[in-house]
Amino acid sequence: MTKIKMNIANLNCFYAKKQVLENISLHINANQILSIIGPSNSGKTTFLRTLNRMSDFDADYWRKGKVFLDEKDIFSMNMEKLRSRVGMLFAMPMPLPLSIFENVAYAPRRLNLLKGKPKKYIDEIVETSLRDASLWDEVKDRLDESAMKMSGGQQQRLCIARILAIDPEVILFDEPCSGLDPISTAKVEETMMALKKRYTIVLVTNNVKQASRVGDVTAFFLMGKLIEIDDTAKLFVAPKQKETNDYITGRFG
Amino acid sequence: MKKLSPKLSQKLAVSLLTVAMIITLIPVSAIIFIIVKNGISAISWEFLFSMPTQGMRAGGIFPAIVGTIAIVSCSIATALPIGVCAAIYLNEYARDNLLTRIIKLAIVNLAGIPSVVYGLFGLGIFVMFLGFGVSIIAGALTLAIMELPVIITTARSALSNVPNSFREASLALGVSRWQTIRHIVLPNALPGILTGAILSIARVAGETAPILFTAAAFYTPNLPHSVFDQVMALPYHLFIISTQIPNMPKNIIFGTALVLLVMVLSMSLIAIIARIIFRKRRKW
Amino acid sequence: MKKTKDKIIEKIIFICGILSIIFVALIFGFLFKEGIEFFRDFGLKNFLGSAVWRPTSVPPQFGILSLIAGSVLVTVGACIIAVPLGIAAALYISELAPKAIRDILKSLVELMAAVPSVVIGFVGMVIVAPYVRIILNLPTGLTAFTGSLVLAFMAMPTIITISEDAIRSVPKQYKDGALALGATNWQAIRRVVLMAAMPGIIAAIMLGIGRVIGETMAVMMVTGNAAHIPHSIFEPVRTMTATIAAEMGETVRESLHYRSLFAIGLILFLITFIVNFVADLFSGRSKNQ
Repeated sequence: MTKIKMNIANLNCFYAKKQVLENISLHINANQILSIIGPSNSGKTTFLRTLNRMSDFDADYWRKGKVFLDEKDIFSMNMEKLRSRVGMLFAMPMPLPLSIFENVAYAPRRLNLLKGKPKKYIDEIVETSLRDASLWDEVKDRLDESAMKMSGGQQQRLCIARILAIDPEVILFDEPCSGLDPISTAKVEETMMALKKRYTIVLVTNNVKQASRVGDVTAFFLMGKLIEIDDTAKLFVAPKQKETNDYITGRFG
Repeated sequence: MKKLSPKLSQKLAVSLLTVAMIITLIPVSAIIFIIVKNGISAISWEFLFSMPTQGMRAGGIFPAIVGTIAIVSCSIATALPIGVCAAIYLNEYARDNLLTRIIKLAIVNLAGIPSVVYGLFGLGIFVMFLGFGVSIIAGALTLAIMELPVIITTARSALSNVPNSFREASLALGVSRWQTIRHIVLPNALPGILTGAILSIARVAGETAPILFTAAAFYTPNLPHSVFDQVMALPYHLFIISTQIPNMPKNIIFGTALVLLVMVLSMSLIAIIARIIFRKRRKW
Repeated sequence: MKKTKDKIIEKIIFICGILSIIFVALIFGFLFKEGIEFFRDFGLKNFLGSAVWRPTSVPPQFGILSLIAGSVLVTVGACIIAVPLGIAAALYISELAPKAIRDILKSLVELMAAVPSVVIGFVGMVIVAPYVRIILNLPTGLTAFTGSLVLAFMAMPTIITISEDAIRSVPKQYKDGALALGATNWQAIRRVVLMAAMPGIIAAIMLGIGRVIGETMAVMMVTGNAAHIPHSIFEPVRTMTATIAAEMGETVRESLHYRSLFAIGLILFLITFIVNFVADLFSGRSKNQ
């Protein structure tokens, strides 16, 4: 019996007067990867940004409905606390203009996770996080170099390490491989697969194949509506909705 | 009149614009040349670091230099934190509403108020109403308000040059807004903020009208002891010795102008060069 | 604990944010308070309706018209020189200058803006004024014309910088479109670029005017300080700003004369407020394009 990590109930999202998500209800299982597929402008990214309330910063954004994390309403939670439990990886790699080491150490320092811990503790956190993001071997000799000098694929894995450093419960991936080459993409996917043992993962992707490769469950969004959600194996073999079938067979999108 | 052919008018226009550009640059070069040529002979260790004598017709301009430095450093110490905070508010917190629009309008108008009106205001509020008297502090606060629009505008553009992705990355990790500003946005905007600060220092160091009734003294026998003393100031000193004192030796006047000009222009130059370097070195 | 510290800092930031409004209001309030008392004692009509400024005669006379005339004359003169030159220089910098030279020119213009007005006034007094006197064969070189020359120089950096911004923000496709239709570079600049940049250029001119009207020290040193309605630009005049700067030192605090200078300040404040407001409207329009 899988445990439910997040539960979304009747979520409606708007930018000013334009509705971008309509009545979304679904649940996200713990320690699984939920992939969300759909053409652009289907509301996938808005959905993801709502899950850790990054969308609260967007101009003219508002919403109705509820989202629960471990049965607690995230909209009445402290925003910072929520974001440290629900991490987010963006489409473009977004390293901070700091050294590789400081990028990973940044959030633990700011969030006061080091209080009362020995000085070396931060070194441990950085090493484990980089290892878990399968980046350690590539950068262990140049931790003091600027993160801006790394390749795109390395930067993206650094951003994963940065999230792992604060040990969240859920990680949201927003088209994490859209700017990467196939080899880097494979590495990020590998990392994701390894991470689901400890974390719950939501992956938004434009790449249908990627969803079929890594997702345990797949949801299909179209024009702000949830068309279909099912186990990945079922959804790709025998979709119930015609739109889903059209999309995964590449007939539109 | 016959219409010029497009080709000819193109040539004519190019030469006219070039001539205009050159004409524009003549006065500034002439001013620098004239002042350096006539003033350089007055510059000596003694001129820079001793008190004036014989009714200011001889000796040095040390107290005026000290006074200007005192007033300007007090003013920037006040204006910089306020201006940077205001810029942070506008760039990081303010929403696009009526209040924000009024603030922006106020800044625009603050920038446009004549310097002598600042002088009147400083006289009214700091010298008289708050009872500071004619003093360093009254002059410095007057100049501080005057500096604000420059500092706010430059700091704000420095802040807005920091890519939004840095803010998002930090916020997405659960770091609070202020912590994000403090540890990510501000350090990256710092070069721009400092160039703005230097530019505004250069600007107010040469101002005379605002300190005319608030800080400047015709002559003081001693250096200031506290911020409540009045002081001699370089621009005011130049004004006096060039208009109020008969038989003033020319080279002392030009020498004073030279010191003021060098102070102001070198600071501006530092700011301009620093800005170019920072822009090239920017990591993103 | 960290939370409350964040909250306090954010409160401080907000207060600093609205401080500009408070300062503008305070400045206006102070000028208004002193000005209103002056109008009550002397009469607004006598102030605005007379050209006789004799603050120390008995009874004193505070007619601001000649001062306004002085300010306007000097300002108009300065604009006639500075506006075409400034726009031309801005066009040169943004459209003609090679990239390497462009940055140097912009830096030079910025340095121009940094020259203290008292230094400009001094040079104007000892160099420009004698030449004006000799070349034009005038009794004195300290005239409105000299003031205009000096002020034109001081308005130039403002006009150039802001016009250049406006010209540079015209989308390149506009010009390319005109060039593709066979226009010469100059035709494209004049018909397309200049027109598209016009709101920004008008804002630049307004701000230049604001700078000129408010300029004090240089003007005081070169215009001869004669408070009368001038018949030509080659006579000495006296501006509003110069009057405040020259006379404040000799007034008795809280006297009618003292307050009359605040009244002038109030008029100046209102003029520059309007000028800047209009400039802001235009620059807002150029940004929205």
